[in-house]
Amino acid sequence: MQITSPAFKENARQALSDAQLQKALGHVRSGFIDKRQYAVDALPEFDALRDSARAIKDHTLAHLDLYLEAYEEKVKKAGGYVHWAETAADARNVILEICRSAGARTVTKGKSMITEEIGLNEFLEKEGVRPVETDLGEYIIQLRGEHPSHIIAPAVHLTKDQVEADFRRVHNHLPYARDLSEPESLLGEARRVLRSQYFQADVGITGANFLVAETGSSIIVTNEGNGDLTQILPRVHVVVASIEKIVPTLEDVSQILRVLARSATGQDMSVYTTISTGPRRPGDPDGPDEYHVVLVDNGRSSMLGTEFQDMLRCIRCGACMNHCPVYHAVGGHAYGWVYPGPMGAVLTPSLVGVDKAGHLPNASTFCGRCESVCPMKIPLPKMMRHWREREFSRGLNPATQRYGLRAWAVFAKRPKLYRLATSFGIPLLSLFKGAKGSFHHLPLAGGWTKHREMPAPEGRTFMQQWRDRETLKQEARG
Amino acid sequence: MSGREAILNKVRAAMGVSPDDAARAKVVKKRLSDAPVGVVPARGQLPEKERVALFCEMALKVSASVDRVKKPGDVPKAVAAYLRSKNLPASIRMGADERLAAMPWKSLKSLEVKSGPAGADDEVGVSHAIAAVAETGTVVLHSGAANPSTVNFLPEHHIVVVDAKEVAGDLETVFSRIRQTFGKGKMPRTVNLITGPSRSGDIEQKLLLGAHGPRALHLIVVDGG
Repeated sequence: MQITSPAFKENARQALSDAQLQKALGHVRSGFIDKRQYAVDALPEFDALRDSARAIKDHTLAHLDLYLEAYEEKVKKAGGYVHWAETAADARNVILEICRSAGARTVTKGKSMITEEIGLNEFLEKEGVRPVETDLGEYIIQLRGEHPSHIIAPAVHLTKDQVEADFRRVHNHLPYARDLSEPESLLGEARRVLRSQYFQADVGITGANFLVAETGSSIIVTNEGNGDLTQILPRVHVVVASIEKIVPTLEDVSQILRVLARSATGQDMSVYTTISTGPRRPGDPDGPDEYHVVLVDNGRSSMLGTEFQDMLRCIRCGACMNHCPVYHAVGGHAYGWVYPGPMGAVLTPSLVGVDKAGHLPNASTFCGRCESVCPMKIPLPKMMRHWREREFSRGLNPATQRYGLRAWAVFAKRPKLYRLATSFGIPLLSLFKGAKGSFHHLPLAGGWTKHREMPAPEGRTFMQQWRDRETLKQEARG
Repeated sequence: MSGREAILNKVRAAMGVSPDDAARAKVVKKRLSDAPVGVVPARGQLPEKERVALFCEMALKVSASVDRVKKPGDVPKAVAAYLRSKNLPASIRMGADERLAAMPWKSLKSLEVKSGPAGADDEVGVSHAIAAVAETGTVVLHSGAANPSTVNFLPEHHIVVVDAKEVAGDLETVFSRIRQTFGKGKMPRTVNLITGPSRSGDIEQKLLLGAHGPRALHLIVVDGG
């Protein structure tokens, strides 16, 4: 997909003035946060499980080469095929080859972020294979020619009225007078329309939440059941997964499952956790004849051994974006690529380059909520800071910002000079504050004052007030 | 160089490790063979009676419905009662599960029992779980002629028979049983952990039951099974 991350500022500006989007984003704030908290509070062991889950992934990443080899051996033993794809293009070509040898004209797809990352749908369409997204949210955005705006709720940027309009436009074989005013009727229609697609498809493509080295299994965690129909009914099942999805054993899966659904949707457990190992066995009355796994690197291995390695623990629950004030304000599309929110702000520069995605780690207030809710305890703000440092050291940010920071650093590194300057500057500012005690406009800070007022200083600097406070405390004690 | 070698070389170079480091290989081998159990929540660690009660409670919480019967022979009548209560046709789809087959389906003359995998037109599927998890109200099934996977997903109503004795406290216990049944490191083609009926919150985050899988999940717990 086309990367618009370099235009983040413009994207964000548009998002902020998009009334439909702002209405839809209200559902993120109300839909996820309380449910997660309720589920977390109901499990006293939640934090211990986070530590356990983090340790599992750290251990696995430290031995990733060996677990990948062990996993491959088990998949082969179960009668499956493993394909290794170094790049997105490699992955696309392997998948196309599998589709071609299956004579596939239609493929159904379960929800998968990695297939978004490698741009699979556009590619298959161009090559004459029709991909049909079957997850409700993914189906909706496919009809619109859009990409997901959230990693677990792909259509969260839309209102039900928009979905109704799309269904009327595309399902034009159905009577116009039908009632589509409620989400129930929209869901029912999608279910009926997609049912026939599962049976028509020659190949079913899913992602994976886990790959289990012990058994050679892939696991998907879903709520709708579309992922299962996608992998049971067609003759060929293709699993596309990035290399860091590996975990050692089923016991390790049990640990991470307990934090995954709670962090994502506030469920104790998602409805369907499906463990797939190889193709149909002798005597099985259903299931695919062929089972393929496409292991995708596409930049992960270059994160190993760097300050961004911790990001490879991510299990794609979406909690960071659900709790992010920046995501709440601009939604997922503004981030300009596949992964939005705090996890996207760290991952996107790693995968597409900080030259293209440098705005993303800057789109953070560093409030730290993302890290505090991350089930894998990924230090997201710290890693965004690393990206800011790299961006600065490579001279990628604009000259005004660089000179501004340099000028500020001159003062910040010299406390006496800093105090001297502020002791003049602050009273000077408070002199110009006007009747409301705030500024509508400030030179060099137009971006700030455009959307809100800048409170005027009260006349004394923070340092001065702190000193007075400490003196008072001392006196009180004395 | 193949993609495989390229990826493994990159991973090893990034970690600064060599492919023939015996100490690392030993750590991985041990981890895979020991499969250490991590943090298991206290919630499901209960004696059998309370454990089964918790399973039923958790299943209800995720919008499944639950019926409890005394013996396997009572299951067909319970199924028929469910069909009547939902105004469903007297027709079910089920696999060749031995425990289901031993039940007195013939005593219900009007009930049609279709065997084999499910198709697009089946409204009600009946399966027998291999286990259940009290902690989360989850039923566990696996693929095969006994309980075809399509029965779990195609019909609008999925009825699952659960033997109370097979309700485990936690997922780890179930995985260890599967390991005993199929052998270490081996699995049936598909193991399904099912927690409630299918649902979606994709339109305005409003949670709705009955997405692509069954709209209703009905559990029949056999106490003296």
